[in-house]
Amino acid sequence: MKKIFQRWFPAGLMLVMALWFSGKLQPVKDKDFAFGEFGQLPVTANGRVQPMDSLGRNALLQLREKQTLNLEPWKDWNAQPRIISATEWLANVMMNSAVADEWPVFRVDNQDLISLLKLPEKDAAKHSDGKHYSWNQISAGFEALHRESQRIETNTVAQTRTAYERAVVKMNQRVLLYAQLKNAVQPADVADWPGKLDAYEKMIPAAVVAAKAQQAGENFDQQMFSQFAGFIQTFQFMSSLESPLILPPVENSHEWRRMGDALLEAPRGVPVDAAIHDYVKMSAALAADKPDEFNAALRDYRSTLLPAQTKALAKARAEVFFNQMEPFYNAMVIYVLAGLLAIFSWFNLSETLRRSAVWLIWLAFAIHTTGLIYRMVLEGRPPVTNLYSSAIFIGWGACLLGIILEKFHKNGIGAVVSAGVGFITLIIAHHLALEGDTMEMMRAVLDTNFWLATHVVAVTTGYASTFVAGFLALIYIVRGMFTKTMDEATGKSLARMIYGIVCFATLFSFVGTVLGGIWADQSWGRFWGWDPKENGALIIVLWNALILHLRWGGMVRERGLVVCAIGGNIVTSWSWFGVNMLGIGLHSYGFTDAAFKWLLFFVFSQLVFIALGLLPAKWWRSFSARAV
Amino acid sequence: MRVSRLIKIFTSLRLTVTLLAFAIVLVFIGTLAQVDEGLYGAQARYFRQWFIFGIDLFGKKIPLPLPGGYLIGTLMLINLLAAHIYRFQLSVKKIGIQLAHSGVILLLVGQLITDMLAHESQMRLEEGETKAYAEDSRHCELVFINDGTVTAIPQKLLVPGDVVKIDSLPFSFRVKSFWKNSEPAFRAPMMQNAPPLTTNGVAVNFDFHPVAETKTMDDPNVPTAVIEIIGPNGSLGDWVVSNWGTDAVMVQSVGTTYARMSPQMAQKIIGELTAPQSMEAGGKPFTLALRPERTYFPFSLTLLKATHTVYEGTDIPKDFRSRVRLQNPAKHEDREVDIFMNAPLRYAGLTFYQLQMDAGEATQQAGRIPNSVLQIVRNPGWLTPYLGCGMVAAGLAVQFLFHLIGFITKRKTK
Repeated sequence: MKKIFQRWFPAGLMLVMALWFSGKLQPVKDKDFAFGEFGQLPVTANGRVQPMDSLGRNALLQLREKQTLNLEPWKDWNAQPRIISATEWLANVMMNSAVADEWPVFRVDNQDLISLLKLPEKDAAKHSDGKHYSWNQISAGFEALHRESQRIETNTVAQTRTAYERAVVKMNQRVLLYAQLKNAVQPADVADWPGKLDAYEKMIPAAVVAAKAQQAGENFDQQMFSQFAGFIQTFQFMSSLESPLILPPVENSHEWRRMGDALLEAPRGVPVDAAIHDYVKMSAALAADKPDEFNAALRDYRSTLLPAQTKALAKARAEVFFNQMEPFYNAMVIYVLAGLLAIFSWFNLSETLRRSAVWLIWLAFAIHTTGLIYRMVLEGRPPVTNLYSSAIFIGWGACLLGIILEKFHKNGIGAVVSAGVGFITLIIAHHLALEGDTMEMMRAVLDTNFWLATHVVAVTTGYASTFVAGFLALIYIVRGMFTKTMDEATGKSLARMIYGIVCFATLFSFVGTVLGGIWADQSWGRFWGWDPKENGALIIVLWNALILHLRWGGMVRERGLVVCAIGGNIVTSWSWFGVNMLGIGLHSYGFTDAAFKWLLFFVFSQLVFIALGLLPAKWWRSFSARAV
Repeated sequence: MRVSRLIKIFTSLRLTVTLLAFAIVLVFIGTLAQVDEGLYGAQARYFRQWFIFGIDLFGKKIPLPLPGGYLIGTLMLINLLAAHIYRFQLSVKKIGIQLAHSGVILLLVGQLITDMLAHESQMRLEEGETKAYAEDSRHCELVFINDGTVTAIPQKLLVPGDVVKIDSLPFSFRVKSFWKNSEPAFRAPMMQNAPPLTTNGVAVNFDFHPVAETKTMDDPNVPTAVIEIIGPNGSLGDWVVSNWGTDAVMVQSVGTTYARMSPQMAQKIIGELTAPQSMEAGGKPFTLALRPERTYFPFSLTLLKATHTVYEGTDIPKDFRSRVRLQNPAKHEDREVDIFMNAPLRYAGLTFYQLQMDAGEATQQAGRIPNSVLQIVRNPGWLTPYLGCGMVAAGLAVQFLFHLIGFITKRKTK
């Protein structure tokens, strides 16, 4: 019985988790309004065709750091506050702002900003949690916000701003983002949009005549003309906000259209087309709370997209599936479970636990890989295109290395590496995703799949392997110093793994760095420019070379190697994140001071581990246990 | 005895390790220093240097002596070469390491060659314009032109206080001041409070004053000089010459500044800034100017079209592309070619890269002629990184494969 349990438990556990994951793949059924279907509509934003679902999720991430909207944030979690999807929120912001503007979608953490905008404090009775506020609450303080953000933008530089000043700038961006969405489909806060649009369309012939008459100095219908001018002004404002491009290309064109621009085209003889009218119908139905009419208009609109936009529709649908799958989040959950099992297996040396961990890691790795490849296909790009995807890829590479180590050594160490680095990098990716669309378009210099596939992949593989070596070294120190579980064989095998991985890291970081130089030579004729990111990569190469030469010269042995490998964590984190925070050079793409604090904390923690590693052998529990 | 000791030091792994450690420290400091000193400043101060006495970080002086980049690089090269020669053995087991180290030697030598011989210059072309020369905006030259004959005096001869005499010119001149970086100020007619530097040429309408040298790449230094022309019978007057009037990018930036007042005003001011300065000496008319140093080619480039496209509905640049016509009369060559990001033109030992561009909708609206700046690089060592990288990669791969195979067979036999 026990044997059967030991034999089948790992596979059974994996099966359970696999079922849990596949349960998440089922799309949520729409109840009345077909918001799920609405989410699959294609739209062009950030320079790329994407589903409404992504637009909504990324907007919510930027506004409140979550992909869903909690309508009742003042309620406790167990009181089951009402939570709506990103698309339901987006549809309402764009077409039913009277309702959406009351929803607490702006997250404000900075107390000074809260008092500047005169926002209410936490008070559950008054439906306020002191953190999340609606457009209507924020808009009362627009004047103060505008004044402050003007002052800050003109008088300070980004690097030296205080927490309050950064909060103001961020709030200003959030307000702009919200305003863009409010004006993407129809003029914000317009009452009876169908009636207004109808009036506008009917007015056009007469207005064109009036405009000509006015220019010729003749008599014209003053009242009608000023009403028309009012429309034009509104549409010009919509256009100036640079909202997402909602409308599909007209025949014989490839360019998506902004609603404001399309409405301005009408007097120039381009008729208000079916797409605009379908959106008007959806908007009217949503405001009147008539799901059937909304769904019918939605279907009409979808059918107008065929056959010209078949590809865009398919891409949007595929991306919605990807959003729903949340492969990286779900893989992260499984990594945690696997890591815990593997660590337990060190203590009771249970082969069943270790095998369970390995099976789970295979599952998590499969999901991680699926996500990685899915992203590549969606983007049509190699795996790493920005900081976010570098985190995903480093986690993936480290996990693969861990799996290989585990295959050879079968002692639960590779499993912990896979789970540990996989989990940490995915957490990092999760936080990097808060800055918005993670599939943004590549700027002209970076728009080359060849170099992204060679230089960037090689360098990030170098990062991944250096981190794996460093993580192994951490395991060595923690197990050796605080537990008695590291016998001589385990210690030796850890050191061998570290050495092997450092060799691998040297190869990839070197090749990646030099390929970067060659890319630079190809794009501006300078092989080496001492750019901070180049220097960061060079330091990793030098550091790994240093470790290898120390080892070959017999200047370090087992513990020295371990201590040096932890140094690899520091130099790699410096190259990955640190140099971006200097705010100089060609690679400076993203500064968040929360990230800076975490980096300092990480470096400090690694220094502590180095110090621990240098303590004499008698303080290590494993070494004293061996002596006995 | 001594020699063997020296050999021991220079072939030792300890030296390698020490050099690697210093290199890490230096690169790290050189990166941090860029925050205050800029890319070029930090490079000159830490990497293109033999010794460093004291460093500056975040506004603080730290009295720490360090070997500079040149010293570390040279010692690494010696260390590698010595170890190679002294310990060289042709065995299959070592071939990976040998190959990798040869690659590193090649990279170091290649960088040395690049450092000494590489030359960067630019060519700015407006649509329709043809040029057969490059300009080096980091060096300038003083030119006197008489009837098409150009006499160019390089920047290094323009030392304040010196009198320069060129045989082919019927006059000499004294350099009264030379400012590596300067700013112009238009002398508005109604509010001239100080007298002009001289009453000749551009100085009538413009004041120039020295400013601190810039550190960033994007922000070039714009030199200005004041010279006194001396004929056989004494002084012929003072002249102010400045790159502000000859460097097209700078002229454009002045135009943009004054365009806020009115486009006509800006045109007028630019006209006065760029007007040729003429004088007479020895019975001959001369025009004089300080301009970015030129290098002439036996071929010419004409900018046919500058294209700047963005991603739909955004400002994110998608493509910068210059379509140019390349004409080389000596070879009866006349063809069109596209130069765009990551796709330079390699021609006659030079490489032409897309550097900057002012084209697209915004340019059109502002009424400027679309233009493009090409970066021109002559680097005889440009192939060494390609070779070196290949050698190191192959060497390391071979070496580590040996390790891996050894490791796996050992496990199997166990």
